Amino acid sequence: MATKEVQVKGDKNGSTRTIPTSKAPRFYPAEDVRQPKKSRKAPKPTKLRQSITPGTVLILLAGRFRGKRVVFLKQLESGLLLVTGPYKINGVPLRRVNQAYVIATSTKVDLGDFSVDEKISDTYFAKSKAKGAKSAEEEFFEEGKPKAKEAFPESKAADQKEVDKAVLEGVKKVENLSKYLKASWGLSKGQYPHAMVF
Amino acid sequence: MQDQPSVFKRFVEVGRVVLLNSGPNAGSIAVIAEVIDHNRAIIDGPLTGVPRQSFPYRHLTLTPLVLTKLPRGAGTGVIRKQLEQEATIDKWNNSAWAKRRAAVERRRKLGDFERFNVMLLKKSRRDLVRKAVKKSA
Repeated sequence: MATKEVQVKGDKNGSTRTIPTSKAPRFYPAEDVRQPKKSRKAPKPTKLRQSITPGTVLILLAGRFRGKRVVFLKQLESGLLLVTGPYKINGVPLRRVNQAYVIATSTKVDLGDFSVDEKISDTYFAKSKAKGAKSAEEEFFEEGKPKAKEAFPESKAADQKEVDKAVLEGVKKVENLSKYLKASWGLSKGQYPHAMVF
Repeated sequence: MQDQPSVFKRFVEVGRVVLLNSGPNAGSIAVIAEVIDHNRAIIDGPLTGVPRQSFPYRHLTLTPLVLTKLPRGAGTGVIRKQLEQEATIDKWNNSAWAKRRAAVERRRKLGDFERFNVMLLKKSRRDLVRKAVKKSA
C-alpha cells in the first residue's frame, strides 16, 4: 500500500508520521462485489497472407467493389490492405480492404522500386468528425433543396494520380493486363473456387 | 455359339497396357504382367514409375495398346525391355486420348489471368469463324 509522510504538530509527537495515502473505508461492504477479470490477451498483429506481395492482383469479394480486380500496394498498421484499381482503369480508388474478403491471384504487376507515400496510412482514410449536433434537415437540405455534393478533395485526387502513375506503368508492360483489370470477375456454372487455381 | 468372334476389342490379358484411375500413380499407364483373378491383376510400369503391385480392375481402364510378345508373369526387366522395343510409351503419348488428358490437365492448372487470356483468344477465334462463314454464305 502506498504511504506518505506528513508533518505532525505537537512536541511529543515525533514531528513526522507515515500514513496511507488513501484512508481505509470505515465499513467493509456487506456483500462482495466481483471485480471483472482483467484480460491478459492482446490482439496479435494481422499476418499478411504469403501469396500477397506488393503488386499482386487481388479479387475483391465483398463491398461496393466486389468482383473487381485490384492491385495490392501495402499492408497498413491496422492490418488492412491498401489497394488501388488503378482508378483510371476500373474506377477503384485508393482503398483499404480486409484480406479475408479477397482472393490473391498469381498475377503480379511489376511496381519496380515504387513505395507508397508514408502519409497514406490509416489516419488518411479516417472520416473527419462531425462538428456539433445538426438536424437531419440541415444535413441534407439547403434552402429547401437537396444539398450539392461536396467536391472530392483535390489533394486526395493528386495522391491517387501519383500512386496510379507507377502502377499504370507496370500494367502497360504486360499485354492484356489492363483489359484484365478492367474486366470483373465471376463464377460460372461448374466453377468451384476451392477447386480452382488463381 | 462357339467359335463366334467376340464383339469386344480390348481384353484383360497379359501385356495389356492400362491407365490407372486411382491411387498414388493415378493418371499414369502400366502393363498387366499376370492376371490374379476376376478382380485383380499384377501390374508393372517400369518406365512410368509404377511399382509392381496387384491392382483391381475397378480402378483401371484398358487402353487399345498391348505388348504382343510378353510372357505370363514376366519380371520388371523383361517388361521394361519390351516397352522400349515396341515404343509403347511414345505410342501412348501420341494418342489423341493422352493428348486430351494432358490438355485438360493444363487447363485446370491455369491461373486467373491465363484463363482471361484464353477467353480473349477464344473470342477472337469465334469472331474469325463467324466472319468467314458470313463471307462464304
